Amino acid sequence: MNKPPRNWLKGVLSAYDTVVIGSGLAGMTSANLLAKLGHKVLLAEHHYNMGGMATWFKRKGGHVMDISLHGFPCGMIKTLRKYWTQDISHRVIQLKNVRFDNPQFSVNTSFDKIDFTHILRERFGILREVIDEFFLTVRDMNFYDEVVMTTRELFEKYFPGRTDVWRFLMEPITYANGSTLDDPAITYGIVFSNFMDKGVFTYQGGTDHLIKEMKQELLRNGVDIRTHCMVEKIYVDDKTVQGVRINGQDIQCKSVLSNSNLLTTIEQLTGEEHFDPEFIKEVKKVRLNNSSCQVYMGIKTGETVPNVGDLLFSSEADEYCTDQILSKDVTSRTFSFYYPEIRPGTNRYSIVSSTNARYQDWANLSESEYKKDKHHLEQTTLDALEKYVPGIRKKVDHVEASTPKTFKRYTLHPSGTSFGTKFEGLKISRDLPKQINGLFHAGSVGIIMSGWLGAANYGVIVANETDKYLRQLSPSLVTASA
Amino acid sequence: MTIEEVRQIILNILADIAPDEDISSIDDNTKLRDQIDLDSMDFLDIVMELRKRFNIEVPEKDYEHLATMAGCVSYLTPLLKNRPLASS
Repeated sequence: MNKPPRNWLKGVLSAYDTVVIGSGLAGMTSANLLAKLGHKVLLAEHHYNMGGMATWFKRKGGHVMDISLHGFPCGMIKTLRKYWTQDISHRVIQLKNVRFDNPQFSVNTSFDKIDFTHILRERFGILREVIDEFFLTVRDMNFYDEVVMTTRELFEKYFPGRTDVWRFLMEPITYANGSTLDDPAITYGIVFSNFMDKGVFTYQGGTDHLIKEMKQELLRNGVDIRTHCMVEKIYVDDKTVQGVRINGQDIQCKSVLSNSNLLTTIEQLTGEEHFDPEFIKEVKKVRLNNSSCQVYMGIKTGETVPNVGDLLFSSEADEYCTDQILSKDVTSRTFSFYYPEIRPGTNRYSIVSSTNARYQDWANLSESEYKKDKHHLEQTTLDALEKYVPGIRKKVDHVEASTPKTFKRYTLHPSGTSFGTKFEGLKISRDLPKQINGLFHAGSVGIIMSGWLGAANYGVIVANETDKYLRQLSPSLVTASA
Repeated sequence: MTIEEVRQIILNILADIAPDEDISSIDDNTKLRDQIDLDSMDFLDIVMELRKRFNIEVPEKDYEHLATMAGCVSYLTPLLKNRPLASS
């Protein structure tokens, strides 16, 4: 006889102040903050693991593979301290060896302003005044500015015709937040400036450790965490959030903070009929960002990999080119090297290769074609890595690939998008509560709010809006928590 | 609440937000972000703390009043004058 399915909602309350949909970094951060501010929060995650894209998986042979949490700006230390815990923030360490290798140049850098200034002068021969002015311009870019300039135009202004310099400045940011030369320059400037402040950092202990720590903190603050719980519907009546349906069960709530994809939140979870037609017209213009392919390579127990860089931007393409970077026969890869320092005491190594990819290139293949193409991706990645880690095929004992289809399956994001939506999504995300009282969205939108620091901070910004809304509904909350 | 008490409340909030900064020597008439390392997220924290502790809502258009200590005090004192000093 089959066992009855487990009830993942056992013991759930009939009503909450806020239901947070999805436990990505933005969702978890907002859930934690709202709970600390005294609200009753349910955090619903459809997957069995928390973390969204900040996730990991284990394989036989003691392999732990980190999906994507590898490299964020120094500002993350402060964000983790303020909205999570001291202990979590103390685990952030710097990745000091960022490396570029392509037909135009081969460079190692600590990826901060001092070193970039030096390299731009000495290696690329750019005048000091030009470099300083460029840094000032990108630093002063403000989210509230009406900037229409694209990153390409920005580069053309300061480094005309210097596609080598463009590549040096652009490749890492494409990796960090999915933006390209043709996106608004502000989407480049803010993230680039954040990194240039002090360099690239990561979390010591690995993604599994970070998410476990965050889960403990959420529980300490009273968040009701429910994995295997799919939010199927957001109930709206009289332009106001009433509740949600999770795994077929109705639960009341005063507000919803969706960390699901923006378009999914509007079109599927809420329903277009609840919004102004003019608003929906704007929603239809929102473009999804691209997705990714990754290859995970686990190194055998006892084998080592010399330090060839923490992040390696490798390419055989003559120039940086957005179209080429998305194409299926891409040669532009970012290798993230996980040395034992990332998980002290384990003495294990792993390498993750990431490339940008289009969903449609992978979505419509037959099963055998899909398998064949994945195998090809794995093999060409190992070939490319051989240049940097000779004998790599003898060192690895686990190789597997993920595609935009894999990303879609685990995150439920339309087209498996790994950086949410393009720039125009930000305004839609911000305007949701003006359409429906109590409906909020925090997630990867508009590129500024993408990348790890952006995601966490956007979670805080939206939690602030949600708190404001909830306190207007129940002014008595104040005395309770003051 | 007196002007001095309001000033002390702001200092307490700043101490929580920026524990590594020396806030004892803050000059009231110089921009806070020119004296201690504060970014826009930190100002958001000040707004959230004021709401949490005193149910004061600072609308976005009024954020500029929080730029200096003197600005904070003159903006917040009328809003807090009838409040007893709450423990936090």
